[in-house]
Amino acid sequence: MPRYFTDEHEWIDVEGETATVGITDYAQEQLGDIVFVELPDVGAILDKGGDAAVVESVKAASDVYSPITGEVTEANSALEDEPALVNSSADEEGWFFRMTLSDRDELEGLMDDKAYKAFVDNL
Amino acid sequence: MSEEPLVEEIALDPLPLDAWHRENGARMVPFAGYEMPIQYAGEHGGIVAEHNWTRESASLFDVSHMGQLGVSGDQAGEALEALLPGGITSLKEGRMRYSLLLNEEGGILDDLMVTNTGQQYGLVVNGACKWDDIAHLREHLPDAVTLTHYADNALLALQGPKAADVLGALVPVASELTFMKACFADWEGVPLWISRAGYTGEDGFEIAVPGKHAEKLANALTEDDRVNPAGLGARDSLRLEAGLPLYGHDMTDGTDPVSADLTFALTKKRRESGGWMGHEPVAAILANGPKQRRVGLLLDGRMPAREGAGVYAGDTKVGTVTSGGFSPTLGQPIAMAYVDITHTADGTALECEVRNKRLSATVSPMPFVPHRYFRGS
Repeated sequence: MPRYFTDEHEWIDVEGETATVGITDYAQEQLGDIVFVELPDVGAILDKGGDAAVVESVKAASDVYSPITGEVTEANSALEDEPALVNSSADEEGWFFRMTLSDRDELEGLMDDKAYKAFVDNL
Repeated sequence: MSEEPLVEEIALDPLPLDAWHRENGARMVPFAGYEMPIQYAGEHGGIVAEHNWTRESASLFDVSHMGQLGVSGDQAGEALEALLPGGITSLKEGRMRYSLLLNEEGGILDDLMVTNTGQQYGLVVNGACKWDDIAHLREHLPDAVTLTHYADNALLALQGPKAADVLGALVPVASELTFMKACFADWEGVPLWISRAGYTGEDGFEIAVPGKHAEKLANALTEDDRVNPAGLGARDSLRLEAGLPLYGHDMTDGTDPVSADLTFALTKKRRESGGWMGHEPVAAILANGPKQRRVGLLLDGRMPAREGAGVYAGDTKVGTVTSGGFSPTLGQPIAMAYVDITHTADGTALECEVRNKRLSATVSPMPFVPHRYFRGS
C-alpha cells in the first residue's frame, strides 16, 4: 500500500478507492503534547488543501489540511479518548480519518517516503 | 499542518544561556526579541512533562529576557511611588512587592516586581516591555534618581516543591527566605541576588546572576537529579493554572488594574491618597465598579478555548478569552477571560465559541491549582 506525503506534513495511505489520512511523526514532534483532535464529520466533503481537522496541543491549535478531494467515510474515534495516540503512534494508530479518493491525479503532486524524508531533512 | 507562530519578532542578541539551552536539547523560538527555549527534548522534555515535573519536583527556567533594573538615589522610593500604585517607601529591606506601571489613563504599561535591596530598588519587568519601561522611567523619574539596566545579568527561576532543598544545598541562606523576601548571597565567589518568588504558583526562587557565570549556576542546579530544565511552554501553562495574568494578553495598556482583578496591587492607603500616575481614572473605577472583570473559566470537554475566543451568555456576547489552554494538572481546558461584570459570579454558566462551536464554561475562582508558596513554618 503506497503512502504519500504533503509538504504540510500529512500522510495519506491509498487502498483502492479509499484513503487514510494522518499527520507525520515529524509533525507530532513539532506540535508537542496533543490534548485534543477535532475531526471532520462523516459525510463531509473535503477539498484538496482545504481545512480538514484541528490539532490542539497544550500551547496552540494547528490546522490539518486534506491531501486530496473526497468524502469523509470514517473518523478515528480512538482519538476522542486518547488524543495522545497522535504523539505515540502518528504513523499508525493515531490516524485521523478515512475518505474516498475521487481523483487519482491528485496523488501525483504528493511526495513518496524518500522525497518526504529529504524534505524534512532540509527543514 | 500549519502552526501559528507564537510571536513575530526577529531575534536580536543571544542571551547568556543560549548555547546551554541548545546543548540541553531545547527547541528555541523567537520571544521578546530573543531566542528562548519553548521546550526541551528527551525523556523529561515536552510541555506536559516539564509542567508536571515543576509541580512534583523542581524545574529550572531561564527568564533572562526579563529586564533587571535598579533605581537609586535620594528619594528613589518616593520617585517610584509617583509611578506605581503600590507602597514602595514602606517596603522593608529584603522585601518585595508586585506592582504595576500605569499610564495617565490608568492603563497597565507593564507588571513588575519591586524589591528593596537595601542599596536601591530592584525592578524586574517583562522582556517584551523593558525598552518601553526604561523610556517611561527615564522620562518620568527625577534627575536625582539613577536608573540602571543590568543588561548583562541572567535571571534563572528555580520552581517547584523541591526548589528550596536544591538551592539550599548550594546556597544555605536561600532556605531561610520566605515568600516575597530576597537577599544577596555569595556562591563560590559569584554574587547572586536571590528572591523567593516566581510565576508558577509553586514555591521557588528567582536568581539574578552575572551572565558570565550563568552556565556554571545552571549546571550546578541541573546536576541535582531533582532538577530538569523547563521552557516557556510549561511556564505559560503553569502560570495559567496559578491564575497569574500574562502581560500583553491578560492585561494591556487598554486595561486598568481593577478590571484586571489586580486591585490587591493598589496599596490600600494609596488608593485614597493618590499621588501616582493614573490614580484619578483608577479611583473612579474603584468607586463605580468596573464594567468587565478578568475571571477564570473552567471548560467542559477537552477542546481548549484560546485567546480571542468569544464568551457568551445565551446569544449575547459578554466577554473575550485573553488566554486559554489545556491544564495538565486538572486534565481539562482552562482560560482567563474579560467578562461583563453581571456575569462574573463564581459558578456562572457561560459558553466559549471556538470554530463555530459552543463549549460549556463555568466561571471559576483562581488559582485553578492552589498556590504552594512558602510563607514560613
